[in-house]
Amino acid sequence: MAAYLIRRLLGAALILLGISLVTFVLLYLLPADPARQIAGRSATAATVESIREQLGLNLPFYERYLRYLGGLLQGDLGRSYIQKTEVNTLIASRLPPSLLLMAAGIAAELVIGLTIGVVAAVRRRTKLDQSLMVLSFVGVSAPQFVVGILLIYVFAYRLGWFPLSGYGTPQHLVLPALTLGFLGAGWYARMMRSAMLDVLQQDFVRTARAKGLSKARVILRHAVPNALLPVVAMVGIDIGILMSGIVVVESVFGWPGIGQLAWQAIQRVDIPIIMGVTLVAAWAIVLGNLVADVLALFIDPRIKLR
Amino acid sequence: MRVLRELLRRKLAVFGLAVIAVIVAMALLAPLITPYTPDDQIFDGLTLEGAPLPPGGTFLLGTDLLGRDLFSRLVYGARTSLVIGVVANGVAVLIGATIGITAGFLRGFVGTVLMRFTDLMMAFPALLLAIVLAAIFTPSLWIVALVIAMVNWVQVARVIYTETISLSERDFIEAERSLGASRLRILVQHIAPHLVSTMVVWATLGIATTVLLEATLSFLGIGVQPPTPSWGNIIFENQTYFTSAPWLVFIPGAAILMLALSFNVVGDALRDILDPKQKGQG
Repeated sequence: MAAYLIRRLLGAALILLGISLVTFVLLYLLPADPARQIAGRSATAATVESIREQLGLNLPFYERYLRYLGGLLQGDLGRSYIQKTEVNTLIASRLPPSLLLMAAGIAAELVIGLTIGVVAAVRRRTKLDQSLMVLSFVGVSAPQFVVGILLIYVFAYRLGWFPLSGYGTPQHLVLPALTLGFLGAGWYARMMRSAMLDVLQQDFVRTARAKGLSKARVILRHAVPNALLPVVAMVGIDIGILMSGIVVVESVFGWPGIGQLAWQAIQRVDIPIIMGVTLVAAWAIVLGNLVADVLALFIDPRIKLR
Repeated sequence: MRVLRELLRRKLAVFGLAVIAVIVAMALLAPLITPYTPDDQIFDGLTLEGAPLPPGGTFLLGTDLLGRDLFSRLVYGARTSLVIGVVANGVAVLIGATIGITAGFLRGFVGTVLMRFTDLMMAFPALLLAIVLAAIFTPSLWIVALVIAMVNWVQVARVIYTETISLSERDFIEAERSLGASRLRILVQHIAPHLVSTMVVWATLGIATTVLLEATLSFLGIGVQPPTPSWGNIIFENQTYFTSAPWLVFIPGAAILMLALSFNVVGDALRDILDPKQKGQG
């Protein structure tokens, strides 16, 4: 167990290092000249040159990477070219709203997706099952920005139940969370359905039925908890999809998180911010996967260590 | 042939194939069926107050904020979506399959390095990576396709790698090996043919992902650049007025949904048909 954990941690550390190298190479390849961008249009060639020297932009590739890595280890993600602020300060201030949105999004997709999956499996091969599966296809095929705008149009603009956009009250959270969860709900519905179908065929479910337990009890107490295991293990992988989702959802709803930060940075070509968010998101995904795997190990002792 | 017959027996798959056929026909026949050129700012395409015209009337699906015919833009946008869908995903499947087969067949050091790299790329959120890449290269139609390919090959590589490994451990490959078949012969004659069905499934499902990613990039303003119409950038250009001109968002939105949905249901049906392990779940 301890050996497994150490191996996984080392593996994760290697991947984190690799991620920093890839982001750095991308940064290095960028055609934009950061020194000129910082100095502004009217700067003299000498000013630009001194900024370049100050930032170490004239150093060779490996030396620049080592400096970049050294900064990362001290939590320094660089400075925004345009906002003239430390990127990590910007990200830290934008992180809480994003985490709130992601948590609500995960809750929404699990509640909707798992419910649909269980109902479809129990009512297998009925019209209801077929309609729910078509619905789950729609969920995974609908562009998130269109879903978001549609929800705003119907529930905020037409019906006036929720605010159009913004952040602050629980009402503000409902539509963005539903938009974020809509895609995942489709995946979870399909996975939960097939996991349930597997479990329902197994001997212990037949035993439970044979004991004369009620149908509801067999499903809720015996089948669902067992079907849940492989599905919940997916939440770790899901973090990556959610990370892409928040960029879209936050820009549609004006949600002040790291997704919106990245989106605004895209429009002003503020590369350090985009790189910083990408790096933080990639690290979150690696750590999320690690935590999910370790948790699955505790929940399900049958999982073999590799 | 068997595959096609089985496909036609599934209602959802038939629906998907029909939608794809209609959209492909629209894209091919675009100049013939559109009443206007897509970037033609029509003189009476706006109301006297300068607002876009709603669907119905002279313009089938209404006009956009610049007084251009939405139907014509939509039809030409289908070209963009399909070209990117097919090219980007084709390249992604090619890269993914090459890396997956090489790693799964050679294993050892090369295999480990290749798969570690794949894991690494998997850790990047697809959209953010695409955004960074799109910021490096000035986006054009082909660049957007390449960017999407560079992001989407990862899952294919993983799946093909796992399949290659499990195939090369099967008895018939062992038998070939003991008969003295060369490594290349085993790979080309015996392993590759078994991977074709997986690649077909991914080539179909992947188009849905690709279409959605292109639409999202264009919606964020870093995908296909106006005036080239794409369903995503039509929404990008008009979204601020979605309360007064909702058709400008929801009609292209529905088009994206229908195209992605169709490739998803056809791909899913193909997986059911080609992968016997999944049978009996329907």
